[in-house]
Amino acid sequence: MNSFKVHPPNLSRRLYLSALGVLGLSSSLTPLSALGTKPEAMEAIAKIVGSNTLKDGRVKLVIPPLVESGNLVVLKVAIQSPMTNVDYVKAIHIISEANPSPNIFTAYFTPHSGRAELTTRVRLADSQRVWAIAQMSDGSYWQDYADTLVTLSACTEMI
Amino acid sequence: MSKTSRTGIIAPANAKKDSIIEIRAIAQHDMETGFRYTEDGKRIPRDIIRLFTCRYNNEEVFRADFYSGIGANPLVIFNTIAITSGTIECRWTGDNGYEAVNQVNITVS
Repeated sequence: MNSFKVHPPNLSRRLYLSALGVLGLSSSLTPLSALGTKPEAMEAIAKIVGSNTLKDGRVKLVIPPLVESGNLVVLKVAIQSPMTNVDYVKAIHIISEANPSPNIFTAYFTPHSGRAELTTRVRLADSQRVWAIAQMSDGSYWQDYADTLVTLSACTEMI
Repeated sequence: MSKTSRTGIIAPANAKKDSIIEIRAIAQHDMETGFRYTEDGKRIPRDIIRLFTCRYNNEEVFRADFYSGIGANPLVIFNTIAITSGTIECRWTGDNGYEAVNQVNITVS
């Protein structure tokens, strides 16, 4: 009789655990929704680059690999360039893969910049990859990316 | 955005000719993304700073286009070469007629 009394709680516990299992599955599926905006990011990059080829290197994008809140993330970008009148960095485009809008910012340098470096603070809606596309004065394009894990997202929260 | 928003720039007051100086500019601004909703489901309209320009003796040395991915109270740190003594002017322009200008003087020796 006693064991009979114990059974129902055991059953609900099993149900609870299986429910957790389902939750676990669904949470592992969330990166798929992040992939949903990826074509948008690729589109934004294609729009910048046009028919030119995009090469790896010369650009260094730094964002923390793990951030607690996506509301203010320090982003630093530096581009290798002599920054002379004939060879300098024209622009740097920062593109997000998982934000509601892919463009984060575009900065334009001049030979008077001295160093093509910039530090600012950005919003990240989700764990994602962020791209930096540099446009040089000679018409070449260079890229770099950085991955980050965001534990609390920005942009879409309720107030 | 309230009209009492504050902005500021930090740049060295003195610099050696042809040296690279660092300029820090910050603005007090909510940078409302336009992707947020109130509790009753109403979309909050976008209100951001869209353009930042820095002019050194009236010549543009740095410019940036901002989108909603820039965090609240935007901060930009960038470099320029100290050429001659004069003024460094930073201008922020944004939605709803937002405009703010800051100036600092620099002595180049």
